[in-house]
Amino acid sequence: MTRYIIRRLIHSIFIIWGVATLVFFGLRAIPGDPVVQFLGAEYSPEAAEALNKKLGLDEPVYVQYFKWLSNTIQGDLGDSIATGETVDEAIRTGFPKTISIAFVAFVLALVIAIPTGVIAALKRNSWIDYVVSVIAFIGVSMPSFWFGIILIILFAVRLNWLPAVGYSSIEDDGLWEWFKHLVLPALAVGAGFSAILMRFVRAGLLEVLGSDFIRTARAKGLSERSVIIRHALRNALIPVVTIAGIQLALLLSGTVIIEIVFSIRGLGRILVGAILDKDYPIVQGVILLVSVIFVLANLVVDIIYTFLDPRIRYE
Amino acid sequence: MATTASRPQDVLDALAEERRARQGNRVWRRLKAERKAFIGLFFVGFLALVGLLSPIVAPYDPDDDDFGLFQSPSIEHPMGTDSFGRDLFSRILIGTRVSLTIGILAALTALVIGVALGLVSGYYGGWIDSLIMRFIDLLWAFPVIILTVGMVAIFGAGARNVVIAIAIAYIDDFARVVRAEVLRLREEEFMVAAQSIGAADVRIMGRHLLPNIVAPIIVQATFAVGLGILAESGLTFLGLGVDPTTPTWGLALNEGRDFVRRAWWISVFPGVAIVFTVLALNLFGDGLRDALDVRGVGDDADEGA
Repeated sequence: MTRYIIRRLIHSIFIIWGVATLVFFGLRAIPGDPVVQFLGAEYSPEAAEALNKKLGLDEPVYVQYFKWLSNTIQGDLGDSIATGETVDEAIRTGFPKTISIAFVAFVLALVIAIPTGVIAALKRNSWIDYVVSVIAFIGVSMPSFWFGIILIILFAVRLNWLPAVGYSSIEDDGLWEWFKHLVLPALAVGAGFSAILMRFVRAGLLEVLGSDFIRTARAKGLSERSVIIRHALRNALIPVVTIAGIQLALLLSGTVIIEIVFSIRGLGRILVGAILDKDYPIVQGVILLVSVIFVLANLVVDIIYTFLDPRIRYE
Repeated sequence: MATTASRPQDVLDALAEERRARQGNRVWRRLKAERKAFIGLFFVGFLALVGLLSPIVAPYDPDDDDFGLFQSPSIEHPMGTDSFGRDLFSRILIGTRVSLTIGILAALTALVIGVALGLVSGYYGGWIDSLIMRFIDLLWAFPVIILTVGMVAIFGAGARNVVIAIAIAYIDDFARVVRAEVLRLREEEFMVAAQSIGAADVRIMGRHLLPNIVAPIIVQATFAVGLGILAESGLTFLGLGVDPTTPTWGLALNEGRDFVRRAWWISVFPGVAIVFTVLALNLFGDGLRDALDVRGVGDDADEGA
């Protein structure tokens, strides 16, 4: 097991390095000069030259690459071309917002998916099951950003219950304001996720309910409630845990477009803006962070899986 | 089977042919029994028809802009008019063609490259497999939306580049599915037979392996078209998609977002069109998966926008 984890960790480092390298050279393949773009009307050959020198962009690409690599390993991600702030700062302002959306989305999705999945499984082939599965199908077929706009129209414009855009932090405005601003974006990101989870809960529960130990539990006279909650659901949730883990990383990337819909300056918005502005250091830093999270999340899921299901053994 | 084959290779090919024909019949019977697949197929067919006939059935010219701005839905304009005073219903009908074309082209491109990589990777194994799979791992570690935004930034916007970007983003799905199938089939009798009579690698991959893994590829492709449409709408919504003079669903949504207080219909209807299309494709794919008895394909079918 330890050997497996070590091997996977090394593999993960290679993937992250590969992604970072691809991004580094890919960015430099984007046509246009970031310095010219940044200077705009104030452009003069002298100013451009000075800025290039300051940013180290006057050096050959491979020199830039090795410098960036060695700085990154030492924890220095560089400075933004457009704003001059460090990439660290940009990540520190954006990350809490993105992770907040993803976290609330995750919780809401679980709260919606588990009960509905259970009900659908228990009332198999009834009209409730049918309606739930149609909704789940719509959930995975829906662009999250469109659902976000619909939520804004309904709950912010028409009913005026929740704010349409923006973010407020816990420190500044308290938990309730924080949550109020996150409900709609979280629902928008989490809808598809919730639909997938629900299908897994339903399928898992149906499979478990047909097994011998459930028959035994019923035979010894346990109440149906206790059979479902204590015995069936517990076992049915094992695959759900792994799906949830994998999807958590996807949830994080799903916030990219949602942050734009809800005008929240999280990592996704910073990233898309930086790609379009050719703000190399920001793009490199943010994607590095995202790929680290993505790869680690998958590693953790695989490891949890072996604990939950001892039949799975990795060599 | 009346085969006048003299060479062992022809006998094996004929057997492969027969196996395929038997399978085909069974698939059709199962597909007819699978309600989801049938409903999905019906709607996909309907949408394809709409896409083909849209210039004829659209009540107005999609670029005609003298109907008055922001008219709410009415008999004359069932989905209202947009901020330029164009008929939204006509624009959405024309948009069907754009979305379906991009989705299908992206899925086909991803299919061709992904299947080839998966076949070679699974068949040869060893360092070729390692090399290809590391590349696939890289693609997989990029969130789709970031990968496509980045590629459109490199290649520039426009329909062709959007198709390429989306296709690259979904190569890994095909390659993984195909590779897993090839690994499963590699030790089968017919493979050993083909190899032992000295059939060329390309021939084995093309005539013996490929026909046996058509089912999961088709299922994956069906989901990929839906994912491609979602990705395209997302890119266009971000202003990075198809050129802004083409009437597309994503573009209408992008515009509608600025007028949520004034004109809800600009946001609602294009999204309904997207949901309807992707839903039809997902239903079809899901039903097809059951009918073809394919497992583990398209489980993460939400990876789009």
